[in-house]
Amino acid sequence: MIERKVDALLAVVGLVLFAIIYGLIEADVIGPFWKLNIIIICINVIMSVSLNLINGYTGQFSLGHAGFMAVGAYVSVVLTAKLHLPFAVAILVAAIAAGFVGFLIGIPTLRLNGDYLAIATLGLCEIIRIVIMNINYVGGAAGFTGIPHYTTFTWAFLVMLATLFFIKNFVNSAHGRACIAIRENEIAAEAMGVKIVNYKVLAFTLGAAFAGVAGALFAHSFYILMPGTFSFLQSFNYLIMVVLGGLGSITGSIAGAFVVTGISAALAGVPEFRMIIYSIILILLMFYRPQGLFGYVEITNLPLFRYLKNISPEAKKAMGIDTEDSGKGGKA
Amino acid sequence: MAESILKCSNVSIVFGGLTAVDDFNMYINEGELIGLIGPNGAGKTTAFNLLTGVYAPTSGTIEFCGENVTGMKPSDITARGMARTFQNIRLFSELSVLDNVKIAFHKHIRYNLLEAALRIGRYMEDEIRTDIEAHKLLKIFGLDDLAGETAKNLPYGAQRRLEIARALATGPKLLLLDEPAAGMNPQETQDLMNLIAWLRKEFKMTILLIEHDMSLVMGICERIYVLEYGKTIAMGGPAEIQKDPHVIRAYLGGDD
Amino acid sequence: MDFFNVFVQQIINGVSLGSIYALIALGYTMVYGIIKLINFAHGDIYMVGAYVSFFAVTMANMSIVPALLISMVVTALLGMLVERLAYAPLRHAPRISVLITAIGMSFLLEYGSMYFVSPTPRTFPEVMGNLAYNIGGFVINGQQLLIFAITTILMIILTYVVQKTKVGQAMRAVSFDTETAQLMGINANRIINFTFGIGSALAAAGGVLVGVYYNSIDPLMGIMPGLKAFVAAVFGGIGSIPGAMAGGIMLGVIEALVSGFISSTFRDAAAFAILILVLLFRPSGIFGKAVREKV
Repeated sequence: MIERKVDALLAVVGLVLFAIIYGLIEADVIGPFWKLNIIIICINVIMSVSLNLINGYTGQFSLGHAGFMAVGAYVSVVLTAKLHLPFAVAILVAAIAAGFVGFLIGIPTLRLNGDYLAIATLGLCEIIRIVIMNINYVGGAAGFTGIPHYTTFTWAFLVMLATLFFIKNFVNSAHGRACIAIRENEIAAEAMGVKIVNYKVLAFTLGAAFAGVAGALFAHSFYILMPGTFSFLQSFNYLIMVVLGGLGSITGSIAGAFVVTGISAALAGVPEFRMIIYSIILILLMFYRPQGLFGYVEITNLPLFRYLKNISPEAKKAMGIDTEDSGKGGKA
Repeated sequence: MAESILKCSNVSIVFGGLTAVDDFNMYINEGELIGLIGPNGAGKTTAFNLLTGVYAPTSGTIEFCGENVTGMKPSDITARGMARTFQNIRLFSELSVLDNVKIAFHKHIRYNLLEAALRIGRYMEDEIRTDIEAHKLLKIFGLDDLAGETAKNLPYGAQRRLEIARALATGPKLLLLDEPAAGMNPQETQDLMNLIAWLRKEFKMTILLIEHDMSLVMGICERIYVLEYGKTIAMGGPAEIQKDPHVIRAYLGGDD
Repeated sequence: MDFFNVFVQQIINGVSLGSIYALIALGYTMVYGIIKLINFAHGDIYMVGAYVSFFAVTMANMSIVPALLISMVVTALLGMLVERLAYAPLRHAPRISVLITAIGMSFLLEYGSMYFVSPTPRTFPEVMGNLAYNIGGFVINGQQLLIFAITTILMIILTYVVQKTKVGQAMRAVSFDTETAQLMGINANRIINFTFGIGSALAAAGGVLVGVYYNSIDPLMGIMPGLKAFVAAVFGGIGSIPGAMAGGIMLGVIEALVSGFISSTFRDAAAFAILILVLLFRPSGIFGKAVREKV
C-alpha cells in the first residue's frame, strides 16, 4: 500500500540519520556539549509535536505544556530513583500519569475558547509546579537529586521517532481528521457527527501523555530535577517552537525544536546577549513569516513524496483495487 | 400514509425575552420534500438549529424516527441520520475538498486509536472505502476534478454544492438544506434544484428545504410551512400557500 | 493577635498589593478590549517604570511624586513605541503571531534591561520615612497610604478620561467595533497607540509603588505580577475597566488572606485556582458580558 511505502521511506531516513549521528558520537566527532544538545532537541521535538497536536491540529490554545512535562518527569524519577524500576516502565507510567492529568484538566477547561483556555491551562500548569514544590518526598523547591542518568542518545532518538510516527498516523486518520475539523469549524464539525468534546479531550490527553514521555527523558538527562524548570516560561518556549515551525505541521514542529534549541545552544557563548538576540529573531520571524517555517505544510507534500502518495482512483485501479466495489475495496 | 420521520410539537425558544420560534409544529413523512419559507428574520434558521440540536428548545419536543431527540447534541443527532448545510457556508476552509467530505464519513469509521496509530486492522480497509465513497460523492456533485483543491478557493456555487455533498456523506435519512441557492445565479439555481430533485429520487432522501425566495420552492416542494416573526402562519401544498391571505400579506405587505 | 486582627491587617495589606495589580490590570484589559491581544510585555513595562523612577530618585535626587510622573511619561512613550514597532505592523496577522511577538517583546525588555542595568536587584530608596499610623490597633504605613492615594487619583483620572473626553469616547468606540469606528472618522491606529500609552503609564505607576512598597526591584520583577494582573483582568471581566480595578483589588486581598492564614507558598497557586474557578463558572468575569456565536 502506498501510504506504507511513505512510512517505510520515512523510517529508513530516520534510522539512517540515527546511525550517522550515533557513529559521529561514538567517533567523538560530536563532543559532550553537542551530544547533550542533540538529546535536548529530541526531547523538544516530542514536546513541540505533541503541543502541535493540541494547538496546531485541534486548534485549542494550550499554554501549559511544561506542566505535563513536569508530571512525567517527577513520576518517572520516583519510579527509577526511589523504586528502582526499569527506565522503559518509568517512561510508560510517566506517559499514563501525564495523560491522566491532562484528561482531568481537559474535561472542565476545554469548554473554554481561545485566550481563556490559554490562560486557564497556563494557570493549571503553574498550580502543578507549585504543588510539586510543596511535596517534600520529591525534594520540594530544592529539587530531586540522585537521578540515574538513563537518557542516552539512542533512547531519546528512538522514542522521538516512535512519537513522530504515532502522531503522524493519528493526524492522518479519521480521528485526526475529526480534530482538524474542530480547528477549522467547530459547529460544522459537530454537524458532521464529530463529538467535539471527546475529540478535544482526546487530543489534549494524547498531547499531555507525550509531554509526560518527554518529561521522563528530560529528567534522566541530568542528575538533578528542579520544579522551577517547568514554569510557564518553559511552556512559552514550546509554543514558540510550534509557531516558529508552523502550526499543523509535524515537519514544522521538528524544524521549530531544531531551530530554537540550536539558536539557544549556538548563543551559549554570549550569555548576556543570548536572550536579546533570541527575542529579536523571534519578533523578526513573526514579521516576515507569521505562518512559521512550515505552516500546514509537510515535507511529505513536496513533489518527491506526492509522487509516492498519489492515490487517485486511477492509481488504485493500477494497483488492483477495484474502485467500483464500494464495500470492501482494500487489498492492503 | 407513510411514517413521520420528523415530528416536532409545540417547540419554542426564547432568547433573552425574544421568542425567536413560537409554538412550532411540524411533521415530515418519509420521502417528502418540504419547504420552510418566510421573510428575513422569521426564525427559519433558528428552527433548523433547534431540529439539529445547535439550540435546545425552551419548551416542546422533537422526535426523529420515533425517538425523542430534544436537547441532544448535534453530533448525536447527526449520528441518528439527520444532516444539514449552513446558510453562511461553514466548510473546513483550509482543507481539501476531498478531506471535507472524508470528515463527514466520521460515523462510518470503525477502527480505533491504536489501529490508526499503527495502521493495522481495519484502518486500511476503512480508509480506502472512505476514499472511494468520497470520490463517488464528489463526482455526483461535479467536484471530482477539484478534489485536491483547498475548499476556500472554490467558486461560490461549488462551495454550496460541497456543503451538500458533505452533508450526504454522513449518510442521512433526512437532509436539511439552509438556503442552498443563496447567492447563486438563475442558471446555477435551476441546476441545483434539478440536482435536489434527482438526489431525492436516487437516494430516496427526505428533504427539508429553507428558502427565502418563495417562487423557488413552489415548483419542487410537496408541502410548505410559512414562518413569520417566529410563528407558523400557514402550511399546505404550493397551490394553497400561494392563495393564502396571511402569506400574501407577509410577503407583499398588508394594510393592517 | 486574634483571628479578627490578622484578618483586618491582611485586608489592608491585600488592598495595597491589589491596588498595584489593578493598575497593571487596567493596561491589560484596555489593550485586550481594543485589539484582543494578551500583551505579555505589559509586566515588563511595569518593571521599566520602576527602574526609571529608581534612577530619577537616586541619581537626580528627585522626590517621589516628580519621579513618578517622569516614569509615567517615559514608559507611556515606551509603550507607544513598542506598539508602533512591534504590534502595529501585525494588525492583520494571525492573532497567535502577535501573541508570540508580545512574548518576544517581553523577553527583549527583560533581557535588554538586564544588559543595561545589570541583573542584580537594586534597593529602592526610602521615600516615605518610617511613617506608620496606628488606627484602632491596625497598622497602616506610609507606603500603603501612598499606594491608596496614588491609585485612587489615577483611577479617577482614568475614569474621567474614558467616560468624559473625546479621546475616551473614541477608545470605547474602537473597542466596541474597530471598523465602524474607522468609518465614523476615528483614526483607530492612533487610538490604539494612545491606549498603549495610558496603559503603560498606569503600569509604570504600579512599578514605582511596588518599588516603594517592597524596596527592591530587578529586571525580572514584572513576570509574575504581570501574569497576576492578567488574572485580575480576567477575574473582573476582560475589557472592563471597573472590572480590572475590582479584580485587582480582590485578587490582592485573596492572596494576602491565603498568605496570612494558610501559607505564602500557596499564594500564587491560590491566584491561579481562583482564575480557573472564575473561568469555569463565569468565564466572562464579574463585570464582563457573554457573547455567543451566530450559527
